[in-house]
Amino acid sequence: METRHIGRAVTRNEDARLLAGRALFVDDVELPGMLHAAFLRSPHAHAEIRSVDVAAARARPGVVAVVTAEDLGAYWKPGPLLVPPPPIPGVVFRQRCQVPLARGVVRHVGEPVAMVVAESRYIAEDALADIVVDYAPLPAVGDLEAALAPGAPRVHADLPDNIAAEVRQAKGDYAAARARAAHLVRRRFRYDRGASIPMETRGIVAAWDAKADRLTVWDTTQAPVVIRNGLAAMLGLAESQVRVVAPFIGGGFGPKIMMFYPEEMLVPWAALRLGRPVKWIEDRLEHFFATTHERGQIHEAELALDAEGRILGVRDEFLMDTGAYDPYGLTVPLNSQCTLLNCYDIPAYESRFRAVFTNRTLVSPYRGAGRQHGIFVIERLLDAAARELGLDRVEIRRRNLIPPDRFPYRNEIIYQDFAPLTYDSGDYAALLDKALAAIRYERFLSEEQPRARAEGRHLGLGIVCYVEGTGIGPYEGAKVRVQPSGKVTLATGIGTQGQGHFTVLAQVVAEQLGVDVRDVEVTTGDTDQFDWGVGTFASRGAVVAGAATHEAAAAVRAKVLKAAAEHFECAEADLVLADGKVSIAGVPERAITLGELARLANPLRGAVKPGTEPGLEATRYFGPEMGATAAGVHAMVIEVDAETLRPTIHRYVVVHDCGTVLNPLILAGQIQGGVAQGIGNAFFERLVWSEDGQLLNASLADYLLPTSLDVPRMELHHTVTPSPLNPLGTKGAGEAGAIPVGALFAQAIEDALDLPSRGIEIAEIPLSPSRLWEIVHGGG
Amino acid sequence: MPQVNLTVNGRSHTVEVEGRTLLVELLREKLRLTGTHVGCDTSQCGACVVHIDGESVKSCTTLALQCEGASVTTIEGLAKPDGTLHIMQEAFREYHALQCGFCTPGMVMSAIDLVQKHPEGLTERQIREGLEGNLCRCTGYHNIVKAIAAAAEVMHGKRDTLRPAEVMAAG
Repeated sequence: METRHIGRAVTRNEDARLLAGRALFVDDVELPGMLHAAFLRSPHAHAEIRSVDVAAARARPGVVAVVTAEDLGAYWKPGPLLVPPPPIPGVVFRQRCQVPLARGVVRHVGEPVAMVVAESRYIAEDALADIVVDYAPLPAVGDLEAALAPGAPRVHADLPDNIAAEVRQAKGDYAAARARAAHLVRRRFRYDRGASIPMETRGIVAAWDAKADRLTVWDTTQAPVVIRNGLAAMLGLAESQVRVVAPFIGGGFGPKIMMFYPEEMLVPWAALRLGRPVKWIEDRLEHFFATTHERGQIHEAELALDAEGRILGVRDEFLMDTGAYDPYGLTVPLNSQCTLLNCYDIPAYESRFRAVFTNRTLVSPYRGAGRQHGIFVIERLLDAAARELGLDRVEIRRRNLIPPDRFPYRNEIIYQDFAPLTYDSGDYAALLDKALAAIRYERFLSEEQPRARAEGRHLGLGIVCYVEGTGIGPYEGAKVRVQPSGKVTLATGIGTQGQGHFTVLAQVVAEQLGVDVRDVEVTTGDTDQFDWGVGTFASRGAVVAGAATHEAAAAVRAKVLKAAAEHFECAEADLVLADGKVSIAGVPERAITLGELARLANPLRGAVKPGTEPGLEATRYFGPEMGATAAGVHAMVIEVDAETLRPTIHRYVVVHDCGTVLNPLILAGQIQGGVAQGIGNAFFERLVWSEDGQLLNASLADYLLPTSLDVPRMELHHTVTPSPLNPLGTKGAGEAGAIPVGALFAQAIEDALDLPSRGIEIAEIPLSPSRLWEIVHGGG
Repeated sequence: MPQVNLTVNGRSHTVEVEGRTLLVELLREKLRLTGTHVGCDTSQCGACVVHIDGESVKSCTTLALQCEGASVTTIEGLAKPDGTLHIMQEAFREYHALQCGFCTPGMVMSAIDLVQKHPEGLTERQIREGLEGNLCRCTGYHNIVKAIAAAAEVMHGKRDTLRPAEVMAAG
C-alpha cells in the first residue's frame, strides 16, 4: 500500500495550542471554591513518630482541615502493588508499599506525615509550621552495601533484613562456559541515583460534584485509566463515577506512572470529604524528595571469552536500591538483568540480583528504567576484554553480534512483561557499520587522534551498542469515529507527556481514512472519552496504542467503503477513498464526503438493516504477545581538558532501528531528548546524600541539568527492521536515546585521557569533573 | 491591600496584590493568563519568562508591585488578534522545538528578546549562551537552537519565510 501519511515529517497538531499558551496543564485548573493542600513531610530519613499535635494548625484562620494517619480511619492502608513479582522459580519478593500518611514511623526524608487543606496555599503552608511532631530519630540505612551488613538498621522492622527481593535467572551453563574460557574479565561497577526532573512537577486537582454524584480528578499521571480504576476502588465509588483527566503533562519520563503516590490517594479523598475542590501542586523542593528516583545499582560481573574474543558466558550479581518501599515491583532490576545480554549472542548467562530497602525516596522506572545498567556492564566488560585480548573494541563487538538470520532470537530468561526475552527482529551489524562510517572510525584512529595527541590535546572516541525491549503488552485500545463535519476523532487510554501522540496517532488514522492529518482530533488521557488501557511506559505508546489505532481506523475504513458502495450501488473495489471523500474510480465528480456518509449512517427516521451499527465508528484493542526489540549504536568524539577534566563533545552520532518510522521529525526529537537525559545522567546529575539520609542537593541550583551549552548537535541515522509483532512494524523509541550514554562517556573519556595505559578504568556513572579528577588522581 | 497598575498584552489592569505577590502569581492567578509556567522555586528553569517593557524577565523572581506602570507581554500576547502566530512560535512548530511544551512559553519569550537584542544576527554559540537560563528536559535543545536561528532571519528581514526544517533521512 502506498503510504501517504505514515513516515512523513508532519509538524505537530498539538503545537499551536502549546505555543499560544492555551494548553491546559493541571496547575491551570481553577474551580470555584477551590481549596489548596500542602503536606508536612518528614525531615528525618528514619524516625519513630511519638506524637503529632495539629491543634494549632487547625485553629489557624483559613485552615479547613488537617489530616493525620489517624484521621483517615479505614481509608489508611498501604497502596497497591503495581507490578507483581515475575513468574520466575525461587523469586523472593517482600511487598512493602507506601502509605498515604506515615503512622508510627517515617522511612525517608519527605515522607508525608500530615496534610493541611486551606483557603490558599499560603495559609496551608503557614499551617504546616504550626504542626508539632515529636520524632525519635532512628539510625538510617543509606549505603546500598551497608544495608546488607550484619546488624544494619532495618528499614522495615518486621523484616529480618533489608532485602526486598531476590531473583536468579540463568541461560545455558555458565560454570561450563567458565571452565572452557581462555580468558576471564571480572569487574565491579557502580551506577548512582538520579532523578528524572520533568519541567512540570506533579499535581492533582480533585472535585466532587454532589449533584452528579461524580468525582473528577486532574492528575499529572502517565496512566489515567489505572488511576481512575484504583481511585474508584479505594473510595468505594463505581468506576463510572470517577473521571480522571491527564491533560497536557509537562514531561513524565517514568516517575509520573508510579502509583499511587500518597498525594494521589489523599487529595481526591479530601475533595470528597470536604465537598469542595482541592488542588495540590508539588513544588520543586518537594519533587526532589517525594517523586520517585532511579538508577542506584552495584554490579559484580564476569565475562568468559574464548581466545578469539567470542563470549562464552556472563555472570552478574547486583544490588539495586529500591528505596523505602517497593510498590513498582521488579521492573527496573529485571530490565537490567535482561538488557545486559544486549545485541550479543551469549550462550550462557547467570544473573542474581537483590533489591534492597534503604531510607531513601522510592525507586520506580525512569527513562531507560534499568536498561542502562545492563548496557553499562556488558559494554564496559567488552572494552576491558578487547584491551586484554589485544582486539579492537569494534572488532570484539562485531564478533559477538547476533547475526540477522538468528531472529527471533531467544534469550530464555523472563523480561519485565513476564514473557521470555525474545528479540523479534534486527540487523545489528548494519547499525554498527553505519555508525562507524558516520563517526569516521578508521580516520579517527589513524589521523585525528594521533594528530590531536601530538598537539597535546586529549581527544577520545566512544562507540557503544544497545538494545531496548519496547512496546510491551498487555494492551491498549482506540476508538475512531467519523464526525458529521467530516473530521475524525480518535480516543485512546494512554496518557501523553510530549511524545507527539496527537500527531503520530492522527497520521495512522489519516493513512486509513484518507483525511488530512490536521482533521484528526486525538484525545488521550480522559477516561470519559476512553476508559480501557494501561498507560504510557516502556516505550509503548506509538507501538501498542498505535497498532490499536491502526486496527480501529481500518475497521472504520471498511464501514466507510461499505456505506459508500451502498450509496453509489457499486462494488467497493470501484471506490477511491482520499481527500476526505469517497469517489468512484475514474469518475471523480461522483463523490460523497465522509461527513455525509457519517450523517447517512445515523438516520433519525426509517429503518436500518439488522446487524448494522449506527455511525462510522469502531473500537479495537491490540495486545502484542511480547515486546519489540529496538537497537542502536551511539558513537561520540570527545575532548577532555586535562586540567579541568571538563569534556567537550565534538561529534555525536546516533544510528537507531525502531522498525517502521511513523514520523521522522518526532522520532528525531525523541532520540535527541533521550540523549540529552543520558548526558545529564552520565556527567551532571547525581543525587548526593549525607550519611544520615539527607538529600543534599534538592534544587535545580544544586542538581545540575544539562543546559543548551551542554547538549551537542547530533547526527542521526536510521536503519529499518520492521517488527513482525504488530501491523505497522513499529518498535518503541522513547527511551532509547538515554540508554547507552553512560557506557559511551566512560569509554570515550578513558580513550581521551588514555587512562587504561595508566591502569585506570572508569567503572561508574555518573561522572563529573571533580569525580573524574578523583578517579584520575587515585582519590578512590 | 496595595494596588498595581500595569498593562498586560496591551490591556490595562489595576490589580490588588499583597506585598509578597509575585508577577507570575498575578498573571496566572489574578489575570488567569496560565500560559506562563512555574517549573522550580529557585529561578533556574525559566518557564516563567515574560517581557517587561520588552525585556525578558523571570516573572517568578519579580514582585508584582515592581511592575507599576510597566507593559508586560506574556506568551498569550504574541499571536495577532486573528490567531496568526508570531514567527518565533511558527519556527518552534516548524522545527519541532517543543515536546511537552511546559518550558516552551519561557523559551519563546527568551528567544524573542535574544533575537531583538542582536540585530546583527546570532551565531549558534550565542543562541546557546542566550538560552542558558531556560531549562528544557524533553528536546535536547538543538531543535530550539535551530528554530531561533531560523526565526531570527525572518525577524531581521533576511528572509521572508522560515527555511524549511531538515529531517534526517530514513533508510
